[in-house]
Amino acid sequence: MNILTQLPTILMIVSPILIAAIGGMFTERSGVVNIAIEGLMGLGACAAASTHYLMEAAGAGRYSLVVALLVGTATGWAFSLIHAAASVDLKADQTISGTGINLLADGTTIFVAQILFKADRTKEYQVGMLTDRFGMYPTAYIAIAVVIIAWFVMYKTPFGMHLRACGEHPAAADSVGINVRLMRYSGVMISGSLAGLAGGCIVLTQTIQYTSGTIGGRGYIALAAVSFGRWSPLGVTLAAILFGGAQAFAVISNNIPALASLPSEYFNILPYAVTLIALIATSGKDYAPQANGIPYEKGAS
Amino acid sequence: MKAKDENRTFIDKLLDSDVAISILVVMLGFLVGTLLILLVGRNPADMFSSITESMFGVAKRNGDWNFRYVGETLAYSMPYILCGLAMGLPARVGLFNIGAEGQYIMGMTAAQTVALLVTPFPGLWFFCLIAAIIAGSLWGGIVGILKAKFNVSEVVATIMLNYIALYTSRLWGFTLPGATTYNTAPLPLESKLTKFLIPTSNFNTGIFFVLLMVAIYYFVLNKTKLGYSMRATGYNKYAAKCSGISTVRSVTASMLFAGAFAGLAGAIVLLGGAFPKGRIITGMDNYGFMGIAVSLVGNNTAIGNLLAGVLFGILKQSQSLMQSRNIPKEITYIIQGLIVVFISLRSGLEIVKQKRLTKKLREEALSK
Repeated sequence: MNILTQLPTILMIVSPILIAAIGGMFTERSGVVNIAIEGLMGLGACAAASTHYLMEAAGAGRYSLVVALLVGTATGWAFSLIHAAASVDLKADQTISGTGINLLADGTTIFVAQILFKADRTKEYQVGMLTDRFGMYPTAYIAIAVVIIAWFVMYKTPFGMHLRACGEHPAAADSVGINVRLMRYSGVMISGSLAGLAGGCIVLTQTIQYTSGTIGGRGYIALAAVSFGRWSPLGVTLAAILFGGAQAFAVISNNIPALASLPSEYFNILPYAVTLIALIATSGKDYAPQANGIPYEKGAS
Repeated sequence: MKAKDENRTFIDKLLDSDVAISILVVMLGFLVGTLLILLVGRNPADMFSSITESMFGVAKRNGDWNFRYVGETLAYSMPYILCGLAMGLPARVGLFNIGAEGQYIMGMTAAQTVALLVTPFPGLWFFCLIAAIIAGSLWGGIVGILKAKFNVSEVVATIMLNYIALYTSRLWGFTLPGATTYNTAPLPLESKLTKFLIPTSNFNTGIFFVLLMVAIYYFVLNKTKLGYSMRATGYNKYAAKCSGISTVRSVTASMLFAGAFAGLAGAIVLLGGAFPKGRIITGMDNYGFMGIAVSLVGNNTAIGNLLAGVLFGILKQSQSLMQSRNIPKEITYIIQGLIVVFISLRSGLEIVKQKRLTKKLREEALSK
């Protein structure tokens, strides 16, 4: 039993969590908490699955996968605008707004499936993403690219610096002419797009259709990865590998005779338990961006 | 001029009234839902007739009275009301309890454990309810302690505990008598709640416990020292601490109460008649999640929760009617989600209020 042979499985499960968590990092560094990531992943996944099914049925070939991912990304982006408008412009309670979008996503995805496919799930497509000659899914490369780009944008560009300033001290950023509203909108939109992309990655690699259980809390796990990874690209990556690895273990354990006889629930609990324990272990010290979750009011300080 | 003044005070009153805003938000949710139904080419009248039938039991089409619908509506309302309370009390202390779902599952699991393992005797149901209250309370208490002592974010912690509860409940369920993949042995008759008022439906005596909990919620929050310290902690944690209030105690107590409410909801759903056998759940029932919306619509007050819970019960019961009339039942979830989004936009009203005040002051200053 070599861990290397299991690497593709692990990466398949880690990738979407990592992509979503990087998005969560952007929005929180800009000062907006986005717990709607879970719902946005669902919307992205549903959009991607529907697009891929319809295009595959129309005979679009392998290109439909790319289009499906793009549609998923765009869907996540579009719905994240609700959260951006609520939390940036209307100074809404970000947890309530995020919860609202999560509930809305549960309804909208299945509603769309009911209209399009007359069932409470999308129709199964024939072929999802295929592995390359190393046994890897393309999503793994997408995730690696997202992390590298995120690191570059966050630390090597003026945009990244401005974004971080808005999460730490929006009043100071405002006073030197940074557009706080624009930066926070960007943060939320990046997280929405990446969440949509992550949803598409899940549905196109790990299953053949979208159902109400496709995301299953992975958006929340991504959120936990952001705080456990202390809001830095490297930290978030390691946290996502830890949490995703715990989830992958449930799949891998089926191949290990000694573990396969145990009820799978033991392994299903694992990612959530690991996440919870990690949260407790890192509690106490606060590494969060100073102004995270606090609406910024111009001229009121 | 006078008429204009009166007009203004009406809008001012409207903006200041939490109740009016809640009603407005609900109406807005229904409005958008109706538009959506129109957009996909279905008839919104079918949606509304399903809702009114669930409320009054009168079928407009043939004038039949079907009181079963009213009973089912009330039966569905019970867990919503309780889960609303489970969200509402921590909210008054400043916590966002997304964990009612897990506390609900733990309550249900404890109730069916007692029902299946204890030799049946008359009044067993009461002990099932007590077991559920204790189990839910403990599950909620974990979060309270984590939050109060370790300052762990209750949002993520409760969500993780929901999933842990789901799988723990399954694992535990497999060890109960007669367990298969989906259910256990039949629940003994002594553990069931008695049907009440409308015997054709699942409406049952659990309602008395629901009303008792609503009363306890009101009494604890408004009439006791503990309630006072809870509200003080919610308004301003630091000020409360400075005036000698134990915020650790407020936070933990609120989560213990919340867990008790949600746990009871789990037991009432299980023992309320819809399930002849013990359950091995494959997914969440979502009463706990919807409790968030219930409590937001009800402004975290006892009576508000009660009314909002009934509203959500109506929507739940109308789902099957809608589905039979070619309206996707998910429209109710969309409406509920929209309501929560609109409630979060309430803070936008503060901006409107501020602008109106500025305008008024300016006019007053100019007229002098």
